[in-house]
Order: sequence, then structure tokens, then C-alpha cells
Amino acid sequence: MTAPNEVAIEARELTRRFGSFTAVDHITFDVRVGEVFGFLGANGAGKTTAIRILTGLLSPTSGTARVAGHDVYTESEWIKRRIGYMSQKFSLYEDLTIAENIRLYGGIYDLSKDAVRDRMSRMLSRLGLEQSAGTQVRALPLGWRQKLAFSVALLHEPSIVFLDEPTSGVDPITRRQFWELIYEAAARGTTVFVTTHYMDEAEYCDRISIMVAGRIGALGTPAELKQQFGVETIDELFVRLARPTAGAA
Amino acid sequence: MAVTIDSLVKRFGETTAVDKVTLEIAAGELFGFIGPDGAGKTTLFRILVTLLLPDAGRATVLGRDVTTDVWELRRRVGYMPGRFSLYPDLSVEENLHFFASVFGASVEAQYDLIAPIYDQLAPFKDRRAGALSGGMKQKLALCCALVHRPEILFLDEPTTGVDAVSRREFWELLARLKGTGLTIVVSTPYMDEANRCGRVALMQRGRMLGIDAPSRIAASFGRPLLRVRADRRYPLLLATREYPNAATVFPFGDVLHFTDRRDGLPPEEIARELLAYLHQRGFADAQVEATAPTIEDTFMARMGEPEKAA
Repeated sequence: MTAPNEVAIEARELTRRFGSFTAVDHITFDVRVGEVFGFLGANGAGKTTAIRILTGLLSPTSGTARVAGHDVYTESEWIKRRIGYMSQKFSLYEDLTIAENIRLYGGIYDLSKDAVRDRMSRMLSRLGLEQSAGTQVRALPLGWRQKLAFSVALLHEPSIVFLDEPTSGVDPITRRQFWELIYEAAARGTTVFVTTHYMDEAEYCDRISIMVAGRIGALGTPAELKQQFGVETIDELFVRLARPTAGAA
Repeated sequence: MAVTIDSLVKRFGETTAVDKVTLEIAAGELFGFIGPDGAGKTTLFRILVTLLLPDAGRATVLGRDVTTDVWELRRRVGYMPGRFSLYPDLSVEENLHFFASVFGASVEAQYDLIAPIYDQLAPFKDRRAGALSGGMKQKLALCCALVHRPEILFLDEPTTGVDAVSRREFWELLARLKGTGLTIVVSTPYMDEANRCGRVALMQRGRMLGIDAPSRIAASFGRPLLRVRADRRYPLLLATREYPNAATVFPFGDVLHFTDRRDGLPPEEIARELLAYLHQRGFADAQVEATAPTIEDTFMARMGEPEKAA
């Protein structure tokens, strides 16, 4: 077990420029081990660039960041091994079965056959999919695919999992079931870094940050932020920060 | 009636995407189809804009049959598909002129209609459409769907994947367009957007779960609904679920929504008993109070069990 205050992600003055455009502008924040951290911001605010840096896919221009203890400049291959990732756009191979997808990911992460078998059976039983191992993923309803994709992203027991709009378009009950999987993973000590456009989901996070034009415009627990900005909901806060002129319209 | 749909059915293999849908939309309405992915919204829209033939039933748009009056309808209908479908390599301005010319219209003649939207895009008129932000792409697509001055506009999930602020701005544009008398039919997976519509249809797996004004759908929930709050939220959720009288317990932002499985009890009594239980379970800071149901509460109550995996 890790100490409760240990840091999973540490970003200091992290910056990324594309030509004359600064997509990520000197952002500084920590994400603690076992925390559910909501990473919010308007389209174009720099979220995707920041996530690509933190997942080892893009080098920063300046500043520092460590993810699961590894440096984003020099140890991006280690970072990729230590994290899990899923998004709405890409999660599983649709024309493979559930079991084939799990074995494929097990292979990618060098898990032993025994480990894959063990973890597959635990995962399928938790999801109630024991009878469906031979089902093609494309035959699953979206919500199930997303729950399965999340579990597969945890297959190699990563210390941090990045979820990019995992519940987009998912029905309201399944969306809530998905969040329970997130809570369970966090309770086991997995750090969860999640983006969403559902503002009610922002309230489910331990802490959130809101990116505005490449910078962090707000950072704290949802309750702290609502009090600090004198608003009733995170939705209100988001509108006020993300587009200061929009509130007047 | 701007739209009439009568027992409409569309199947894809084993799946019934649209399952005996019947409804009417009056001219000048801002009408919303609310439902998750897989509800059948896109299939229904594609039938209404003459891109797909139904297997059974009948539908008319502007009094014309969608299966036979195809060419006339296409001139009179505006359609914005869910997937971004403009030319990414053409500039903002080139896309708009292209769509106008396809319909024999000119941007100048229609400018009054698109001006409130296009004015926001004008600073980027030379930018490639593919390089626009999500919110700007949606605005350009809306301009292109309007540039031939359609009598009815179909917008399939215009706000999906768009941030909360851009979504709000987009709905403000739709309200303004409605003011010109245009009939607008729009679909969305975001339940909170239902309140922007005059009437909505809740849709799930091809079927309608209800058609009415949003406030009436919310009010039709029909059971006492309680809001439960405490600092330790995940333990609170698990404990509330273990309460023997719990029927449904769902997280809603920073609170839980709770219904009791016993009928006919006043909300104050339910609240008092639940609070006593939560105190006993160690939630000294718990608060329980009656709350007004939302569209999402009604949707969840009517959708029944979520879809099985296999």
C-alpha cells in the first residue's frame, strides 16, 4: 500500500507550444495516489495536449512532470507501462470477442497466461459477463462496452488510469454504474484522471481542475470551489470561468 | 403539422432501431428527442430527411411523404448530421458558399438568417473547417444547414462532445432561430438540455418513453423523491442502498436521489425514517429533504433495467 499523501502526478510549470500558439501554459498541479481527479475545460482549452504529455505521447516544451514517479521527458516508455487509458473514441477491438480483447491487452502488457486467466475470470464475474466471454464486442451495448473497456484498461494493474470522456452518450443508469467502477478502482488505490462534459460527474470527483486557455483557472474539491466562487453548481462555475462573457448572454 | 410519424419501424438485422414510433410535431415547435446512444434517434432522423426507407409505418414532413416526395423534401429540409460532415480542407467561407450553391441559393440573399451565427465565425472565415474547435465546427455546420432557408431543421446530436459552455451558446442560437418561425427538431443525449425544448420525446432502444413538455415529464415522476447529502459520498451511497426500504438510490451531482419502496407515505415521514437510519449508520452530518424530480429521474424510472450484455 502507498501512503495516502503520495503523489501520482506532479506537474510544475508544464508548458507546450505549437509554433506561436501556447496550448498548455505553465500549469502546476499534483494528483494524489488513489484520488479521482476531474480534468475539465472547454474544447480547445488545452486538455488534450496536457493529457498527451502526461501519458507519454508528447514532450513538453518546458516545465517538468512526473507520472507514477517517471519523468515525462526521459521515461515516457515507463509511463506507458504504468498507466491505463481509455476514451470514448477508442476502447476495444469491435470484431474481437471479449476474451480475445482481454488476451490481446494481456499480451501487450507482458502478463503471464496464468495472470490473464485469473484476472479475466475476476473481471467477467465482477461485470456479470461470465457467459459472454465469446461475444464479439460490437454486439455489446455502448454502456457495457465502456464498462468492459475500463476494466481492460486496469488489466495490468496500472497505478494511474486516464479516462477521456468515458461516459459520452451512455444512458443515465449505466453512466452511474460506470462511476461506481471508478470509485471501486480508487478505493483499491488506483489514481483516476478523468475528463467529462457532464457537469454532474464533475461533482463526483475528489478534486477537479478547470483549464481555461491553457492555464488552470480553478483547482480544488467541488465543495471548496463552489464556496470560493459563490456558485451553486460546478456547471455554473464552468460557464463563468470557461467563457467569462457567456454568463451575460 | 410539420411532422407526422405513424407506427414507424426500422430494423437492422436482429435490432429494431425504431420500434412503432407514433408522434406529431407542429409547425414552429422546438422539439427534442432525448436519449442515449442506441436509442434510435439517428435512424429516425435519417428516415425523416429521406436518407433511409422505413420497413413499416408512414411519415410525412411538411405534408410530404418521406418515401415518395424525396426530391422536393430535400430542397425544403435542413439537416445537420451528428458526425461532422463538412469539407475539412475547404475554408469556413468556401464550405458555406458550396452548400449554398448546391441548393441554387446565395449566401448574400440568406444572410439575414445566418447572420447571428456567422458573425461569430467571420473572424475565422479563411480557416480550414477541419482546424476549427468543436463549438465552431457546430456553428459552421448549422450555417450550412440553414443557407438554403429550409422550412424545417433537423439537428442530430449537435451538442455531443461539445463543452458545457459551447452547448449553452448553441441552444441560445436555436432559441433565436425558433423566433423566426422555423420548426426545429433536435436530438441530444444530455438530459439537462431537454428544458431548452418546447416538447420532448424520451427515447430508449427504439421506443418512446414519453412525449410532453419537459416540466410535465419531470412532474410525471409520480413518487416522493428525496435528496440525501453527507460528506462521505461513496460510503453514503452504499449505506443508503442497504436501507431495507430503498427502491432506487442514484447519485445526482453532489447528492443522492432516493425513492422509498413503500407506497403512499408522505415525504416527511420517509425523510425522518431514512435520516434515523443514516444516523445509526454513522452519518452524523446526513441531510435528507424532499426535492423536485428532473427529466433524468423520470427517464431512469421509465427506462427500466439497463440493457443486458448478451
